[in-house]
Amino acid sequence: MADVNRGNRPLSPHLSVYRPLWTMVLSITHRITGVGMALSLTMITWWFLALAVNETYFDVANAVMTSVVGGFILIVSLWGLSFHFCNGIRHLFWDTGTGLELETAYKSGLAVMAGSVVLTVIGVLVVRGVI
Amino acid sequence: MRYQTDRQRVEGLGSAKDGTTEWWKQRLGAVALVPLVILFIFPLMRSIGADFDTVRATYAHPVNALVAILFFITIMSHLRQGLQEVIVDYVHGKALLTIALLANTMFTGMIGVTGVFSIAKIALGG
Repeated sequence: MADVNRGNRPLSPHLSVYRPLWTMVLSITHRITGVGMALSLTMITWWFLALAVNETYFDVANAVMTSVVGGFILIVSLWGLSFHFCNGIRHLFWDTGTGLELETAYKSGLAVMAGSVVLTVIGVLVVRGVI
Repeated sequence: MRYQTDRQRVEGLGSAKDGTTEWWKQRLGAVALVPLVILFIFPLMRSIGADFDTVRATYAHPVNALVAILFFITIMSHLRQGLQEVIVDYVHGKALLTIALLANTMFTGMIGVTGVFSIAKIALGG
């Protein structure tokens, strides 16, 4: 039978009709932090290129990295990296078939969120030279 | 219920014809990045805001240079695989999808090669 509506059908699952679940939020955050870090890695790679060119160019890249906007991007990226790092390990555990029970997945999600905050704080202290 | 025999499944290697190769490569990169990220991020955090000569000296050190090069090689494929998953989920239409996938490969390749080349130049005293 001809399907006249092909390609224009509603897509399932209808994400917008669900109350956001904790595991859902963590899942999309993993993606967002991954894509976001592509942007900050571009900035960091440019900074490395400038370091390889000369001091004048490096000073420009360094000024951008240490500016208010650059610093904001870096600190958000530091949290993004911390989250993606912790949640990535959570995914590797899932790949072995462990921790997939709903209750465990909720708890490991909480641990990931807490861990990401702790790692971010440690990172800031390292950048500031406190540690 | 499966309608394919085990032999068929193994020989055909699924619709993409490469079985679990891509899946396995993704995990290999992810596992490698656990230590690499830690080793890469500490000298980087110390270097942000430091002067030119200090940062040059940091990355001229063979250990820091090796870690950074390994990081850039590994992140290049990890980033390509991750962004590719996002692209195939959200970009529709054959032409747009092809363009996005090509752009992704070129972008991540450029990031990786730029990083490796820059570090190598510094480490080898250029």
